[in-house]
Amino acid sequence: MGFYVAQFLGGLAQASSLFIVASGLSIIFGVTRIVNFAHGTFYMVGAFVAYSIADRVAGAWGFWGGIATAALVAGGIGVALERLLLRRLYQSPALFQLLATFGVVLVGQDAVLAIWGPEDRLGPRAPGLAGRVHLLGQAIPHYDLFLIVLGPVVLGLLWLLFHRTRWGVLVRAATEDREMTAALGVDESRLFTTVLFLGALLAGLAGAIQLPREAVTLHMDVAVVVEAFVVVVVGGMGSVTGAFLAALLIGQLQAFGILLVPRITVVLAFLVMAIVLAIRPYGLLGRVPALPRGTADAVEPPLRPASPGLIAVALALTLVLAALPVFAGDYVLALASETLIMVLFAASLQFIMGPGGMMSFGHAAYFGLGAYGAGLVVKHFGATMVTGLVAAPLLAGLAALVFGWFCVRLSGVYLAMLTLAFAQIAWSVMFEWTAVTGGDNGILGVWPASWAATAAPFYELCLGLSIAALLLLRRIVFAPFGYAVRAGRDSPLRCEAIGIDVQRFQWLAFVIAGVLAGLAGGLFAYAKGSVFPTYLDVPVSVDGLVMVLLGGVQSLVGPIVGAVVFHGLETQLVRLTDYWRLVVGVIIILLVLAFPQGIAGALGGRLRSGRSGTGEAGR
Amino acid sequence: MTVVLRVEHLVKSFGGVRAVDDVGFTVGAGERVALIGPNGAGKTTVFNMLNGQLRPDHGSIQIDGVEVRGRRPRAIWRRGVGRTFQITATLPSMTVAENVQMVLLSFHRRLFDIWRPAAPRYRDQALALLDRVGMADQADRASATLAYGDLKRLELAVALASRPRLLLMDEPTAGMAPRERAELMNLTAALVAESGVAVLFTEHDMDIVFGHASRIIVMNQGTIIASGQPADIRADAEVQAVYLGSGAMFAPRPGGAA
Repeated sequence: MGFYVAQFLGGLAQASSLFIVASGLSIIFGVTRIVNFAHGTFYMVGAFVAYSIADRVAGAWGFWGGIATAALVAGGIGVALERLLLRRLYQSPALFQLLATFGVVLVGQDAVLAIWGPEDRLGPRAPGLAGRVHLLGQAIPHYDLFLIVLGPVVLGLLWLLFHRTRWGVLVRAATEDREMTAALGVDESRLFTTVLFLGALLAGLAGAIQLPREAVTLHMDVAVVVEAFVVVVVGGMGSVTGAFLAALLIGQLQAFGILLVPRITVVLAFLVMAIVLAIRPYGLLGRVPALPRGTADAVEPPLRPASPGLIAVALALTLVLAALPVFAGDYVLALASETLIMVLFAASLQFIMGPGGMMSFGHAAYFGLGAYGAGLVVKHFGATMVTGLVAAPLLAGLAALVFGWFCVRLSGVYLAMLTLAFAQIAWSVMFEWTAVTGGDNGILGVWPASWAATAAPFYELCLGLSIAALLLLRRIVFAPFGYAVRAGRDSPLRCEAIGIDVQRFQWLAFVIAGVLAGLAGGLFAYAKGSVFPTYLDVPVSVDGLVMVLLGGVQSLVGPIVGAVVFHGLETQLVRLTDYWRLVVGVIIILLVLAFPQGIAGALGGRLRSGRSGTGEAGR
Repeated sequence: MTVVLRVEHLVKSFGGVRAVDDVGFTVGAGERVALIGPNGAGKTTVFNMLNGQLRPDHGSIQIDGVEVRGRRPRAIWRRGVGRTFQITATLPSMTVAENVQMVLLSFHRRLFDIWRPAAPRYRDQALALLDRVGMADQADRASATLAYGDLKRLELAVALASRPRLLLMDEPTAGMAPRERAELMNLTAALVAESGVAVLFTEHDMDIVFGHASRIIVMNQGTIIASGQPADIRADAEVQAVYLGSGAMFAPRPGGAA
């Protein structure tokens, strides 16, 4: 009995800090409508600042003063972020806002690395709360009890702030209807700055109070932001009370889940999210989001067959690429093979993001499962490369079939979060199921067949498969199926009225994208000779997004250009500097700032007519 | 005259409010029936139940004698119900002709084809239809760039492409200039005469209603209070009381309110 009570209290303490970080994220999203991936950066900075102060100043002043300072520093960074970056992006497509905050995450990681170094840090115990209280034979840390109280206190303070101050009322009004609030003469820019301050302050506070409970590491930012997203999405975006309930639910699930299935607590939170979203698509307390008036996403022009010039260029390029082994060395060929694989991966993602209009944060799942599909048949059945390259798209396609069924029931940010959830579930299964997958050690010895064992034939294989896949995607986009997928993106209302089952087309598109990403993953496994759980991890999904968005989401040329530029850049930078993330992050931010409507939008002749297709507003 | 749409004892409540309370009527082939009433009368609720966006609590909706109550919009479309929207809903990333071709591809169940190019398929049929609504010369324009009146005509072509038995038009002339309104309704009348489709529409412009409806159904507070020829409706004391009493006759209503 006492043991369960202890678990319960531990779960509550965990829930408190989860809630505090998630509430900040929720508030920022509610008002600015920006999905702030850099929220984890605030959290990490908060933890590091609190650590440094507690490390230098002994006793209660250092510890509690450190926490307060950390929260304020994080808040200050939030203000700077809003003033310097987000402010310029409020009219941009949601994907570009997201891309910009990804850039901030990369910059933040290297900035923290430069200031604090790569070592994990262990914080001190809280002065005055270092002891334990004995309850039913179990020792409960005083600090846990403090956290259990802190969560509801923060919730109460936020409630007072939102219901008893003019500022809070404005924040709630803006969350409900930003355009109307602005139309009523509210100074939006001040509101947004202060909201970023509060949100970042809460994240910094959450990071700082974790000091006595867990190590401060360089990887906590992404881990935390993903968890916070889960809480916010389960609770309903923009709802602070929803975030509190969701944090309680997930905190308890983790506390007790660890007893039942100790290895998959990571998965539990995501499973909960998948179930909640399947039943309540907008979260526990979320409401159907008001449709923004005047969407920022430009309307794509009708499809046109490629001009003879473009076809000639593509043919010439293909011939040059096919002849590359004649004049290029092994290193260049290996690099080119990898780039082609990335082109294939990016193209598969573009298919669901462009024509499909589905934002995916978790496309790495299908890439990684493709790699595992190949790796597993090699490891367990000693399969040939051809079998491996069949198993790869098969496993990935199967996963896309299952995951996609849930995902297409949602749209926008919720859809994106669910794709991320499934990717994380797939990641933890591969990571934890050591007996089958080798866990962290991965699968080694996934080498190409003898006929493709040298650089040149393997490169030609990659080239052939990538081009075949690109041609197939193009064919699909120009066929009735592709039209139906685009119609679903254009106007679900009209589709329903002309007999098109939008979700079914989105689902099948999702599977096609999964299969092709799986093929890319399979090739990647043979290119590297090994498979690791990192292939399914968040950074791979982010790479895919960046490649697609850099090149432009609206045409198949986009992912090709994006993948070549981004992969080339990354490969070269990793060789040149330890701080390549910083450089890539800065480049991403500058690109987004220079082309707030997207590079394709800036270069291509996009139609910007607002006169049509606003049928959704009538729903 | 064959009855195309038969509605019987239709009921829908929101919370404690009976938005639609025991409504029944029919629409026959070739008829143009206007469903009118002051704000909150229940017109939109009836419309949304007919097109499948709302599930009725009770009652029956039959298309050509087949019960469609509570089916999804796309299933109801399959049974022969075309729609135009109050705020046009077209596919902005496609050309005018492609918008119509999509309906034909869907109607002939060709959308799962992933191989053969879509552009030439059913194009002639689509062009013929666009010609009937006077849009043939704009067939290859991006529909996102059309003027509003042209979008309305495109929607009419889209709604009629599947040769429906019943055409539902939700405030067909909302947001249009007076002359355009009459043109659109004359075009509708011509198409109805050709195809024998049954039309049910809601409308706030009383000139349009009395000038273009062959029959009028008046709703108030969830029930039908009058139904008949335009001349009879004009003379009906209760209708006058409802409209003149509330002063709502010419009041524009906010979009989408029930």
